[in-house]
Amino acid sequence: MCLAVPAEVVEIHRFDVATIEVGGARKKVSLALVDDVRTGDFVLVHAGFAIDKIDEEEAARTMRLLEELGVLDEIS
Amino acid sequence: MRYLDEFKAPAAARELLREIAAARGGGTFMEVCGTHTMAISKAGLRPLLEPAVRLVSGPGCPVCVTSDADIDRAIAVAKEPGVVLATFGDMMKVPGSEGSLASASAGGARVRVVYSPLEALDMARDDPGTRVVFLGVGFETTAPAVAATVLQARREGLDNFFVLPLHKLVPPALKALVALDDFAVDGFVLPGHVSVIIGSDAYAFLPVEHSIPCVVAGFEVTDILQAILALVRMRGEGPALQVEYSRAVRPEGNRKALAVMEEVFEPCDAEWRGLFVIPGSGLALRPSYDDMDAGLWEVELPERRERGACRCGDVLCGRIRPTDCRLFAAQCTPDNPVGPCMVSSEGTCASYFLYGDFGDDE
Repeated sequence: MCLAVPAEVVEIHRFDVATIEVGGARKKVSLALVDDVRTGDFVLVHAGFAIDKIDEEEAARTMRLLEELGVLDEIS
Repeated sequence: MRYLDEFKAPAAARELLREIAAARGGGTFMEVCGTHTMAISKAGLRPLLEPAVRLVSGPGCPVCVTSDADIDRAIAVAKEPGVVLATFGDMMKVPGSEGSLASASAGGARVRVVYSPLEALDMARDDPGTRVVFLGVGFETTAPAVAATVLQARREGLDNFFVLPLHKLVPPALKALVALDDFAVDGFVLPGHVSVIIGSDAYAFLPVEHSIPCVVAGFEVTDILQAILALVRMRGEGPALQVEYSRAVRPEGNRKALAVMEEVFEPCDAEWRGLFVIPGSGLALRPSYDDMDAGLWEVELPERRERGACRCGDVLCGRIRPTDCRLFAAQCTPDNPVGPCMVSSEGTCASYFLYGDFGDDE
């Protein structure tokens, strides 16, 4: 339940909202809990919020693991 | 051992297993994160590490530690007229004294599964005639998201959005665990994503005040094995706090998220299912948000019922493994859970069951 999913920020909108891409799907998340996020950054997403920035390599590692654990459908 | 063949042991993991064996130490280590429990069970690590290293699972699943009484309250709130209760899906099947949110929903209560508290906020905005209550469950990973949603509701002036706050905090629970007379754990594998928020410094008291080695770990098999190797070495060299997951966890955590959480919530005593009331281990809405606090509603609650032979409490303290409970895989299965550790997909009992991690215990 505390799992956060890595995602790429593809567009930033007004009011601290961004479109992210995770596993090929796009969705909107809130940026209210993070500072200085730009398009192309990778973030950890949990319950509709970006909870931190991470680097691209870490994003790829975590993504691979989530696929292995088969929990990606459940949380994205 | 059933899944041993499937264990994808790349060279790095094999090398780490060799190093752990060569370190000629060991002990009982507790992983305090449901995702770690899943990863360990899936990889079949427990039998590979025994007998030198014994891994037990701690109270790492916020769904599992939600008390019967809190489930009862959530059900009672959901049954109030004009209310929709919005909840993470994991909570639906957790048994209370008289049924679960799922059975309450089948009985006519309006319960909706959401992925984010922001969806509950959308529901409140779209339907001003309905009181939308978000069931605030989760550790420090989740609480800031709920706090930010409360702030957003306040900014928009919504008067039909509420939270039933049942959040739990990890460090106070660990403090309570290590104080138990029969707590027999020699080191902690600490959670990754909780630590992204609270920072590794939040655990500094464990090695300093309680002489227990700790490692904040990532989620890959090699991450977990590295953490175990570090714990084994620290047992010889002296306890410390190490961050093996420094690529995502900073000592100070996410200050902005912590500030949002602290603006909306304050620590309170909270009951952990199967354990006891742990001081300062829950989050209550601050008094300035009383108008949004569904926990203050007067609702009729059923009499609490004890859970018979279920030993989830002993599982959550690391006293026993799921396989030591006589209900495990007999009366208690993921399809028909008796205790909460079998309900959540990250629950300790569910992980052991799903991956056939029945262990090679004596």
